[in-house]
Amino acid sequence: MTRSVAPMLRSDRRQFLKAAGSVSAISLTIGFEWLGPARRAAAQSLDPALFAPNAFLRIDAAGTVTIIAKHVEMGQGAYTGIATVLAEELDADWSQVRVESAPADAKRYANLAFGMQGTGGSSAMANSWLQLREAGAKGRTMLLTAAATEWQVPVAELTTDQGFVLHPVSQRRLPYGALVAKAAALPVPEHVVLKDPKDFKLIGRGVPRVDVPGKVDGTAKFTLDVSLPGMLVALLKRPPLFGATVKSFDPDPARAVPGVVKVVQVPGGVAVVAKGFWAAKQGRDALIVEWDDTHAEKRSSSAIMDEYRALAEQPATAALTVGDARSAIKNAARTLSCSYEFPYLAHAPMEPLDAVVKLTATNCEIWAGDQFQTLDQANAAKAAGLEPQNVTINTLFAGGSFGRRANVGSDYIVEAVSIAKAYGADGTPIKLQWTREDDIHGGLYRPMYFHKLEAGLNDKKELVGWRHVIVGQSIMAGGAFEAMVKNGVDPTSVEGAATIAYRIPNIDVELSTTKNPVPVLWWRVVGSSHTTYAVETFIDEVAHAAGRDPFEFRRDLLDHEPRMRGVLELAAAKAGWSDRPLPRGKGRGIAVAEAFKTLVAQVAEVSVDHKGQVTVDRVVCAVDCGVPINPDVITAQMEGGIGFGIGAVRFGAITLNAGRVEQDNFNGYRVLRINEMPKIEVHIVPSAEPPTGVGEPGVAPVGPAIANAIFAATGTRVRILPFPENLKPTA
Amino acid sequence: MSTSFVLNGAPTTLDADPTMPLLWAIREVAGLPGTKFGCGMALCGACTVHVEGEAVRSCVTPLTLVAGKHVLTIEGLQGKPAKALQAAWIQLQVPQCGYCQSGQIMSASALLEKNRAPTDADIDRAMSGNICRCATYSRIRAAIHAAAHSLATTQSGEAST
Repeated sequence: MTRSVAPMLRSDRRQFLKAAGSVSAISLTIGFEWLGPARRAAAQSLDPALFAPNAFLRIDAAGTVTIIAKHVEMGQGAYTGIATVLAEELDADWSQVRVESAPADAKRYANLAFGMQGTGGSSAMANSWLQLREAGAKGRTMLLTAAATEWQVPVAELTTDQGFVLHPVSQRRLPYGALVAKAAALPVPEHVVLKDPKDFKLIGRGVPRVDVPGKVDGTAKFTLDVSLPGMLVALLKRPPLFGATVKSFDPDPARAVPGVVKVVQVPGGVAVVAKGFWAAKQGRDALIVEWDDTHAEKRSSSAIMDEYRALAEQPATAALTVGDARSAIKNAARTLSCSYEFPYLAHAPMEPLDAVVKLTATNCEIWAGDQFQTLDQANAAKAAGLEPQNVTINTLFAGGSFGRRANVGSDYIVEAVSIAKAYGADGTPIKLQWTREDDIHGGLYRPMYFHKLEAGLNDKKELVGWRHVIVGQSIMAGGAFEAMVKNGVDPTSVEGAATIAYRIPNIDVELSTTKNPVPVLWWRVVGSSHTTYAVETFIDEVAHAAGRDPFEFRRDLLDHEPRMRGVLELAAAKAGWSDRPLPRGKGRGIAVAEAFKTLVAQVAEVSVDHKGQVTVDRVVCAVDCGVPINPDVITAQMEGGIGFGIGAVRFGAITLNAGRVEQDNFNGYRVLRINEMPKIEVHIVPSAEPPTGVGEPGVAPVGPAIANAIFAATGTRVRILPFPENLKPTA
Repeated sequence: MSTSFVLNGAPTTLDADPTMPLLWAIREVAGLPGTKFGCGMALCGACTVHVEGEAVRSCVTPLTLVAGKHVLTIEGLQGKPAKALQAAWIQLQVPQCGYCQSGQIMSASALLEKNRAPTDADIDRAMSGNICRCATYSRIRAAIHAAAHSLATTQSGEAST
């Protein structure tokens, strides 16, 4: 059956990747201020000795350079990267640089890839690169002009270095701090010349992270650590089934717990507000709620997957059409076909979701590891019955996120505001605290997916046809990103599949979008968390069917993609792909991906013992992310992404049994531990291309690289995730 | 009801429910927020403190169980192994989101207090109860080895003088 649907253009898909909200780990403020933006704004307006030429930079008379970060720091190193880029063009003294989080203000602090303030899609550095360089360069230009006026010399005779303006002719110099009053009175230049990259002193050098010292002595402040006078702690009892609602509840047993102050109903359930976590927890345990599960999801995961498997045989929506894949496969000399199953996955950041809200009749102030400020501000305003401009957000360090804190419904923020409102909106600060069980049961998972792939080889063993059908829920449908869904295709469902880079003459990628009440969300590397696994293990099968080396087979299909081929060749070379055979029981596998415009290839080495137990021994990673702003942060993100990805393919699964989530905590929802972490080597491709993201892309290739290594060691293909506890040889 | 114990070297009496987990007593009653909440079931190690020098998960330790005992949190961490670990953590740029790192360092310092030359297997045993979702594990391992090495170097230096 042939159907013609308008294919997505490659350029459109690339464009989307830039805008796709996803997310990853992020980090916080040095010199963290509890009073947040209000106090900072006051300081700025009252202090005449402050030079603030734009929204991202402030220099005081003491020479302290404050750089305002519009992106949340959740571990990915955004604060350090942002400070590095601006300080580079400013020629600041790195030891005088501090970072502060931006207030919620979409006009000044929009992510230029989203058009609103928020962090995700590994876009922090990519979208701010030129913006922050210009901000720094303008500040530097004004300081130069101020010094020229002060000394009555031509600007052209002046230079800058590490926080000083220098006049080499007269051997005079002035620190930036001494020039702030004069500079502040100057007009901001419209155009500035940016540095020649060969003059970079901070970019590319791996400056130490600005957030590390506070993270080794317990002083770094997370939302968990916010403590305000009179603050109460709330825990929310949510329905046990997705889609269920409160039918009735008896607050008395909860109220009887010492320390419980109020029990209030909110749209998401029933909250117990108490003096401290322990009282709130005991109160919630005692609370009795009856649920209405009329519209709830009551199926089990296996039944949902049965539905998906059947849908894969039905007509679907075209996401990419090149040539005529069906005919090519039908007429092929040899065909291959297999299917893949992917489970729901929880993000499970180490800091369970939390938010502090101080709500009055006219104002709402929020403290959170906030990732989507503009949407969170709007959703909080709606829940509070206020206007967005009456909602203030203090963005703190987030204890991980991996996408979880970036959701269009602002779930945990809205819960906290709703509780504060139901409590009385009397200005009492209330901290909503999720437990780990709340997190594991809480939905907004990486969706379940079923993939079916077919390929055809001609009589010369060339790959002539490729069909890929994906079945699963849409992340973007029905929310603030709905407009990204084009012609019925949610790009986050098909990225990595409909963007397949291999040169194949006939390609057909189709999507069948399902609906059910389980809420879903982007999870680190988003679509590529499943599509790369399917594409990169299936191309491996095709290579073997063609009798080709899997590395060489890929390389030959990437001759038109020099950067992707570049990382593939680098990873293979560094791993000793061609020259070092592994002993029996061990195997080597390779995979490559593009995610958020960053290219990553990985070679994994595994051991499989006689019981079928897998150990990942080593992963060699090559990454091309354009200009490497901070090589050590890039390396750390690749290491972390690899560990995150290994945990997911080996252990990760959220499963439903009659609608109930079967996992509760880190016992049922296993994640990677230190004894399971392989040796990792990261190699960064030198590049002068604009920088692209590194928070997520490292996750994509590791699963298929390991799966391909397992095949090399055992002959077994793993097509259902997570991996079985013990591999059985392929029948 | 009150419970008396020694917190970071100072005699301390906390007026709290004796069944309250030590984690919440030190965070919310004593006001020391460096120790984190991750799972509430001793599965992740974010809440690790020392009780009488042993690494203990404070999220499942009732306050009453530490009556009369010495409790050490990240805020009170001192001594050469601890300082060597924190220096190595900075040197090797271990943290990413940083949320689990108090617990990681408390587990690592309990290890180094007893074993100044831990092997990889020793590190696996001592540290596999501490989850890091950012997967900073390679650097945690390297930092423990680096701290052990710096302690050995310092000590041999001291011995020779």
